[in-house]
Amino acid sequence: MNEIAPTHVTESAMPLCARSPDGAPAADPGPDPALCARAPIGMLCELTHRCPLQCPYCSNPVELERANVELTTAEWQDVMRQAAQLGVLQIHLSGGEPTARKDLEEIVKVAADVGLYTNLITAGVTLTRDRLAKLVEAGLDHVQLSIQDVDPENADRIAAYKGGMAKKIQVAAWVKELGLPLTINAPIHRQNIHNVGRTIDFAVELGAGRVEIAHVQYYAWALLNRAALMPTKEAFLKAAKQVEEAREKYKGVIVIDAIVPDYYAKFPKPCMGGWARGIVNITPSGRVLPCHAAESIKTLAFDNIKDRPLADIWLNGAAFQAYRGTSWMKEPCRSCPRKEIDYGGCRCQAFALTGDAANTDPACSLSPMHAQWQAVAEVESHNPNVPEFTYRRVGGAAKKPETHNVS
Amino acid sequence: MAETSEQPKSAPTRLIVAGDTVLALPRHIKLRHDPGRGRWIILAPERVFNPDETAVEVLKLLDGQRSVNDIAETLSQQYQAPLEVVKDDILAMLQDLTDKGVLVKAERGATP
Repeated sequence: MNEIAPTHVTESAMPLCARSPDGAPAADPGPDPALCARAPIGMLCELTHRCPLQCPYCSNPVELERANVELTTAEWQDVMRQAAQLGVLQIHLSGGEPTARKDLEEIVKVAADVGLYTNLITAGVTLTRDRLAKLVEAGLDHVQLSIQDVDPENADRIAAYKGGMAKKIQVAAWVKELGLPLTINAPIHRQNIHNVGRTIDFAVELGAGRVEIAHVQYYAWALLNRAALMPTKEAFLKAAKQVEEAREKYKGVIVIDAIVPDYYAKFPKPCMGGWARGIVNITPSGRVLPCHAAESIKTLAFDNIKDRPLADIWLNGAAFQAYRGTSWMKEPCRSCPRKEIDYGGCRCQAFALTGDAANTDPACSLSPMHAQWQAVAEVESHNPNVPEFTYRRVGGAAKKPETHNVS
Repeated sequence: MAETSEQPKSAPTRLIVAGDTVLALPRHIKLRHDPGRGRWIILAPERVFNPDETAVEVLKLLDGQRSVNDIAETLSQQYQAPLEVVKDDILAMLQDLTDKGVLVKAERGATP
């Protein structure tokens, strides 16, 4: 992101886990860091883990929550009120597929009424124009529509869902007709990275104001499918060049946010813009997490919104306190001049690869695990025998991946 | 993909902000005060912008009627600053926000 900040306006990207560490602004550059540490600006609401798509890089946990444990309408509405009171500014209604909740309009209505900026993160395939119009009427502010690839057949294969593309094109048109801004989110990996340039062109054609070239981040389902998803460094560099060219070509037409795969980044990414600093995540059953992947850290325990107020969990919850700030750090993070820039990287990745979430993320060149970790990407991305996807479905992780030759 | 893949009638182009440009905040961009943090913010898709006092002054004057020149004149009188300096300063800011989709060309006579 080579943008120069405007003279009078500073900008905060939503501090998603995957945000590029280079040039991304801090989560909340307000005048009082102590205050900023006290209130998240964004809240990610996983309304349900139900989804018609089965993308093998889904950011949901491998152990999906079932429909019968989901929060009720009234409970989600209460979450919205509590969030606004705490100081949350934006909510991201996600899933699974959030439109699988029949009460989505009622949740959006309350969120809009209490002044939250509402963002719907959808695959679009089950939306109707009528439903979308009702959501707009309820106060929806923005739609983020995912695409799996620009080639319809490949997209169908990746999502294990037939005919998604035509539906998505239609949904994009409805979003524009109804006067809402549109973001296209394109998860990028080995099996579609050759289409990055076309993906951006396609987003422009759809009338999107923003496109996310979101290189897959390797947690949960994506970690399970890493050997089928990891692009080569060469492919990544080529895609990065296409993004730079598109930024020049489409300046003032579309905003392109590129999320870098940290296997090929220079420094680790600032996990969530700092653990428990800018964003809070709520699971379908009401568990309150500092990051959507946090449950992969088996040493942490999480509070539920049904048992304890949101503000109390945010301020005092054990999982939030565990890695907030920098005092939990060990060497080499503790004495590192970048410790308040990247916060030692990703806690989930540190746990998954070293067994201790307080260790330096292996994405950092100062981690003793770094060379070994990079070698994994090198080997897997060049393996001509690409394993079959383990598709995202309840119990899907149990399936043994098979191999076949794609070349 | 019948009837779904209609291309936009004309390809979108970058809006170059000039003195006579009339800008507005589109409906989905929200300039509001954030009481919890005691500051003004602009809420945009997956972004929060933090405008300083000058930027807030400028943005509040974007009523869908005033041009950039009109706003520069108002502020130059208000702050007793040279008109050209004020104009160059706010032009740069407004171009940047336009490039980021925060501002659009106002439809004359329409309320933003």
